[in-house]
Amino acid sequence: MFGWGVLKGMLVTLWNFLLTYLWPKKGIFTVQYPEKKLPLAQRYRNFPFLVYDGTPHMIRCVACKICESECPPKCIYIIPEKDAEGRVQKKPAVFDIDYAICMNCGLCEEVCPFDSIFMDHEYEISKYNRAEDLMVRKEALLKPWEYFAKIRPHDFERIEAKRAAKSAKAKPVAPAEKPSQKPDAGPTSPQQGSVPKNG
Amino acid sequence: MSLPCAPTLKTELLEVSIGPQHPSTHGVFRMNAVLDGETVVKLKPVMGYLHRNHEQIAETLPYLANMPYTDRLDYICSMTNNFAYALAVEKLAGIDVPERAQYLRVMMAELTRLVNHSLLIGFLLNDLGAWFTPVFYAFREREKILDFFEAVSGSRMMCNYFRFGGVKADLPESALDQVRRIVRDYPRFLDEFERLLAGNEILKSRCQRVGILPKELAVNASITGPMLRASGVNYDIRKADRYSIYDRFDFRVPLGMTGDVYDRYYVRVLEMRESVKILEQVLKQMPEKGDILSAKGLQACRAPRMWKPPAGDAYGRIESPKGELGFYLVSDGSPKPYRYHVRPPSFINLTVLEDLCIGQKIADAVIILGSIDIVLGEVDR
Repeated sequence: MFGWGVLKGMLVTLWNFLLTYLWPKKGIFTVQYPEKKLPLAQRYRNFPFLVYDGTPHMIRCVACKICESECPPKCIYIIPEKDAEGRVQKKPAVFDIDYAICMNCGLCEEVCPFDSIFMDHEYEISKYNRAEDLMVRKEALLKPWEYFAKIRPHDFERIEAKRAAKSAKAKPVAPAEKPSQKPDAGPTSPQQGSVPKNG
Repeated sequence: MSLPCAPTLKTELLEVSIGPQHPSTHGVFRMNAVLDGETVVKLKPVMGYLHRNHEQIAETLPYLANMPYTDRLDYICSMTNNFAYALAVEKLAGIDVPERAQYLRVMMAELTRLVNHSLLIGFLLNDLGAWFTPVFYAFREREKILDFFEAVSGSRMMCNYFRFGGVKADLPESALDQVRRIVRDYPRFLDEFERLLAGNEILKSRCQRVGILPKELAVNASITGPMLRASGVNYDIRKADRYSIYDRFDFRVPLGMTGDVYDRYYVRVLEMRESVKILEQVLKQMPEKGDILSAKGLQACRAPRMWKPPAGDAYGRIESPKGELGFYLVSDGSPKPYRYHVRPPSFINLTVLEDLCIGQKIADAVIILGSIDIVLGEVDR
C-alpha cells in the first residue's frame, strides 16, 4: 500500500515522542547545560596547567623546555629564571600558554619527565579578548597538586607511586634524566636573548 | 503543455553559485552550477576554502607531533585518521604492535565507522527534507560512542589516541562495559532507523535512480569506500589488504546493485550492521591484559623530537568510513618527514560530482553531494 512506509516511520517518531513522557530516563537525552552538567571522564583533557607542591612558589616545572619544543602548534613560551650572576635556575621566570593556539592534544603532558604539566578539566573559559585574556601567564596556570588529585584520582595514584619509587632511588635516576634535558639547552638557548619580547 | 508565448520567449542558461555558506554543502564547499530551467547542465566544484596547509605543516614537525593534526583532517572520524597515519609510520620504521593494542585499534576504527555512517545518513536524510528528526536520533547514538571515546582518549572528537606501535593508554575500568552496551543497543537503533525511513515512499522516489554512478566510471575515477561498493564493485581494503588483524574477523561486504543515492544510503546501513558484528568478535577475542605499546614504539613516543626512522618511503592505507585513506611518507632519516602526502577519500570521491549531477534536477544535486559523504576538513586539507 502506498504510504504505508511513511506511516511506519511516523510511528517511530510517535513512539519516541511518547517515550519522553512515559520513560523520561530513556526517552530524554538532552542535558540542560548551564543548570545541569555531565560528569567529565577522568582522562578528559582541555588546556594545560602547571602543578605546584604546597605553595605556589614551589613550582614543579624546571624550565627544561621539552614541552615547548614538542608542542605541535608551538603555543608554550618558557624563559628560565636567572639568579643575580646570570646563572640559569631550574625554575621558569616566564611560562605562557596561548590558549588561542593550543589544540588540546596533550603531548606536553606525555613528554614532561617531571610530571609538572597536565591537562585541565576546566572548560568554561570564554573570554572577551583574544590577545590579552587567552594568553595565560604562569600565575594563572599554577594549580596545586591536590587539585590534580581531585580531578584525576587514577592518574594521581599512578604518578605518586612513580615519584615515590623515583625518590627512593634518587641518585641512580637523576643522571638518567640529564641526557634528555641537555639537547634542548642547545637549540633553545638563543631564545633566552629574546626576553623583552615575551616578558 | 506550453504557454502560448513560449516559442518567442528568449531563454538562456542560468549560472547559480551554491555555497560556500550553504546549509546543504556540509561545510565550506562551493558548486558553480549552470542550469537549464531546473536541470543541471554543468557543475563545477570549487574547493579550497578550508585549506590549512596540512601537508606542509607535517613536514615541519616530528612524526608524532603530526598525530593531533591528522585528527583535524576528517574531524568526524579522527580515530581512523590516526590509524592510517600510525600504520604508515609503522611500515616506515618497522614497528610491531602488541596483540591487545591491535584489538583496541580495530575496536576504535569500527566504532568510528558507526559514528560516521549514522551521522552521514542523518544528514543525508536532512538534505532530503526529513528535517532533523533522523539527525537527532543519529546524534543520540553517536553521543554514547563519543562518551566512550572521551573516557578512553580524553577527547570526544579530536582523540589523538593512536601511537606508533600501539595506542596511548589502556581502557579505563568500566569502559569495556560501555562498549558492550553500545554493541548490544546498536542493532536496535539500526532497526528503528530503518523503520523510520528506509521504506518511506517519498525517500524512495527522491533517491532511487538518482545520481547513478556506473561501475566503470567508479573504477576509473578511483572511487573507494561505500560509494564504490554501492555501484556493485566488491572492493574493501579490510578484505583486500587485510591490514592490522582484519583477517581474524568474519564479516561480509555489502554491495549495491544500481549505484544510485538509495544504494549509497542503504549500503551504509548494512555496513553498520557488519561493524557491530566485528565489534562483537573483538569483544570476544580481545585478550584481558597485555601491552598496549611495543618497546620500539615507546622509543618513538617518549622523545618524538629525537626519534629518527630509517630513510625510505611507506604508504599506509586503511578502509576509513569514507573510503581508502592513505598516508604516503618519505623519510630522509631526519626526525621530520621529507615528504608527506595524504590520499583523502572524500576529495577523490568528490571528483565524480559533475558526472553524477549532469541531467539531474538542481534539488537532486544537493542529495547527490550528501550521498558522496564529504568532510571539508579532508577535502581541502
